Amino acid sequence: MITISHYLVLAAILFVIGIFGVFLNKKNIIIILMSIELMLLSVNINLVSFSSYLGDIIGQIFSLLVLTVAAAEAAIGLAILVIYFRNKGSISVDDINAMKG
Amino acid sequence: MNSILFLPILPEIFLTIISMFLLILGVFNKGENAYTLVSNLSIISLLITLFFVISGMIPQGLSFGSSLISDDFSIFLKALILTASIAILIVSNIYLKDIRLLKFEYIILILISVIGMMIMVSSNDLITLYLSIELQSLPLYVLASIRNKSLKSTESGLKYFVLGALSSCILLYGLSLIYGYTGSIYYSDMAANIQVSDIGVLVGLAFALAGFAFKISAVPFHMWTPDVYEGSPTTITAFFAIAPKIAALGLIARILITGLPSLIEDWRSILILLSIFSMLLGAFSAIGQSNIKRLLAYSSISHMGFALMGIANGSIEGIRSLCLYLLIYLVMSLAIFISIIALKKENEHVEEINQLSGLSKTNPIMAIILSILLFSLAGIPPLAGFFAKFYVLYAAINAELYYLAIFGVVSSVISAFYYLRIIKIMYFDDSSITFDPISKRLKLLIYTLSAITLLFFIKPSLFLNMADIAASSLFI
Repeated sequence: MITISHYLVLAAILFVIGIFGVFLNKKNIIIILMSIELMLLSVNINLVSFSSYLGDIIGQIFSLLVLTVAAAEAAIGLAILVIYFRNKGSISVDDINAMKG
Repeated sequence: MNSILFLPILPEIFLTIISMFLLILGVFNKGENAYTLVSNLSIISLLITLFFVISGMIPQGLSFGSSLISDDFSIFLKALILTASIAILIVSNIYLKDIRLLKFEYIILILISVIGMMIMVSSNDLITLYLSIELQSLPLYVLASIRNKSLKSTESGLKYFVLGALSSCILLYGLSLIYGYTGSIYYSDMAANIQVSDIGVLVGLAFALAGFAFKISAVPFHMWTPDVYEGSPTTITAFFAIAPKIAALGLIARILITGLPSLIEDWRSILILLSIFSMLLGAFSAIGQSNIKRLLAYSSISHMGFALMGIANGSIEGIRSLCLYLLIYLVMSLAIFISIIALKKENEHVEEINQLSGLSKTNPIMAIILSILLFSLAGIPPLAGFFAKFYVLYAAINAELYYLAIFGVVSSVISAFYYLRIIKIMYFDDSSITFDPISKRLKLLIYTLSAITLLFFIKPSLFLNMADIAASSLFI
């Protein structure tokens, strides 16, 4: 029997994988964007499972809105990445060092 | 009932329509012409919005099925946000001409972001909260990287985007847990349904507060602030330092006090930690900075620590001190950023603190004004900054948060060191640069704002009453 806790654990695992993807990767900024998408999807699993568990439709509406925002965010992120690449000629995480810190 | 459904958020609807209209207008005009037209019209429409917001003609209350709320608290913060954005648009006209960046998209993005902030302070459920934060931050990512030929600007935009998107995810994960364990997205239902012993809500609260801390750049989530402030155009830096912070603090205060009042002990302890770390790190890290914008970034981190102290208080007195703090912070920061923008030599704006050396000989009026503003930021009586810190600390002591107040005073003393260092450089070092004369409009803005800073002590009750009305509407 699959209960709500299984879904929550799955979402938590995906979320942690996403966070590790953001912090541990040294090569490529696109991987960071992918990790962020993964984290948003884990939140969606959370929302939909809560929605079905509570019998409350609002969680599903919330997850649809999150999907929409995720698309907008990816579009803006890729656009910024492109203009950064034009200036720098690289999208390696190690090369982001024009300012200290 | 139906007729008043959308009236409380009429200002936001008006601004939304105007921004769409101006976007079309900008596309059909060419170059500098488009910029001037869009900029003038947007300043006028923001002024109209500000007038409607503070005139009291807009009815208060809930709209869209209690998703949005308009009360004195949101009206007060909306007025602050609109004032900041109007001042920044006026300054942008001059600054963007100097750096040859007259793009009308810049204005549209600021307008959209302002709409997001106005919805943020009146959001009354979790969906509106999340969507308005995104509506506010997506244009800001683009604004940070608006100089698309400059490596620094694009890099700061990229950093801001990555960390901002990450913080939104963390916030959203927290919101999903709060939704799941309280069973509702509406603040009023959340407050009614909450089980104090429920660990799920606490985990959600911790995640959500981490996300909020990113947005207001509280330590330990402040890493992006100095880089983004340094890389962005200065007007955008001023915008970042003021408007989103006001909106985010208003939103945090509303969700914590109306949505999660029974968890006060838990969120108070988190906020106290964030507040102490922000104040101390802001004070210590600013000492070694040589770039003015980086210094102001650390200074704003420190100020956010003080503002969080007002929320951590949790009482009506704390929120009142928060409102007053935000008002004075707005005046001081606007004035100091506009002064930095005003000081230039043949379109080269001042970036390093050393470039200010000997300002007292070459431009004594600006030197005096900068000294007043820096003394005020340091919190020296009788300037406005002193009253801001005084009321926050006073409220903290009344709530028996003694150690928090002690850390506040200590960090305030430490931060006085780097503010005084700038004054020392201006008055006692040899002069290096003679700056160009300052344009009339900038002078007018700088003089007005520093006059408010200087003369605040004559009638503090004027602003205190406004803060009082705003704060009490949150506790009904």
